Amino acid sequence: MKWGVLLFPGSNCAEDCFHVVDQVLGEPVSYLWHKDTDIGDVDAIILPGGFSYGDHLRPGAIAHLSPAMTAVKAFADKGGLVIGICNGFQILTEARMLPGSLLQNRGLKFLCQDQTLKVVNTNTAFTSEYDPDEVFICPIAHNEGNYYAKPETIAEMEENGQILFRYSDAEGLVSDETNPNGSINNIAGIINRTGNVVGMMPHPERSADSVLGLSEGKKVFVSMIKHIEAMNS
Amino acid sequence: MLKAIVTVMLKKGIFDPQGRAVHNGLESIGFENLKSVRVGKQIEIELNLNDKSLAETKVHEMCDKMLANPVVESYSFDIKEV
Repeated sequence: MKWGVLLFPGSNCAEDCFHVVDQVLGEPVSYLWHKDTDIGDVDAIILPGGFSYGDHLRPGAIAHLSPAMTAVKAFADKGGLVIGICNGFQILTEARMLPGSLLQNRGLKFLCQDQTLKVVNTNTAFTSEYDPDEVFICPIAHNEGNYYAKPETIAEMEENGQILFRYSDAEGLVSDETNPNGSINNIAGIINRTGNVVGMMPHPERSADSVLGLSEGKKVFVSMIKHIEAMNS
Repeated sequence: MLKAIVTVMLKKGIFDPQGRAVHNGLESIGFENLKSVRVGKQIEIELNLNDKSLAETKVHEMCDKMLANPVVESYSFDIKEV
């Protein structure tokens, strides 16, 4: 399985993503550049975290108009797997590849902390390695992670199983106290209707190498590999 | 030459934590009778155009494509001769 990590000016988690795919998973991976109009023959694309274009105007507002994003959209329209992490999630909402938007954290503070997540839907190409209701720790680091969408959109997403992760406590309890940023329904990660585009504010690439003390985020990437292997077999 | 002054605000009903913080700040230094405070952005664009209606069309396009996110923001603008 071939991976691409898309670099924007200001991306700062690309090397972490590259490391996980290359060193932890042992898969072929290359960088894609925001000016590329041809993204090659990759099976999955990671939009990494960071501050593309300095987060000016709105996070992702300028990056989503990059030439490479036209290619990423075409790739996703053909069913290709795309995952946006943190700023990558913001870029995917700006590109309307995912519903809703990420607003400023309700506490007005940049949050950088270990965060407990609860897996909501394990029946996807990105979460099949998790157990139903599994709880794991995945770091967050963002200022605009407060997920918002119209109430009718949220209701539709809930009904369609498009919520993948919620902010919870260690027992898996989801409440306002376990909500770090004000996201509606404690939403930390979502998937599109066709099941091939994911956005999540927490950083699975920072919890994928056991040498760092956390490894459960690796299951996101392993789920993707298994999905591609199953499709190719 | 024409100049467009674009105002982008969070839509009504969407919580604006920055506005809330400013509201609290104003009250803490003694300003009373505040109903609400909301914080937005002003973007000034000088245009090498003389045709005002063409300028309006272009600024609308800029807002729709980049300057505002219609999921959470609304925009308005004025175009002036400078």
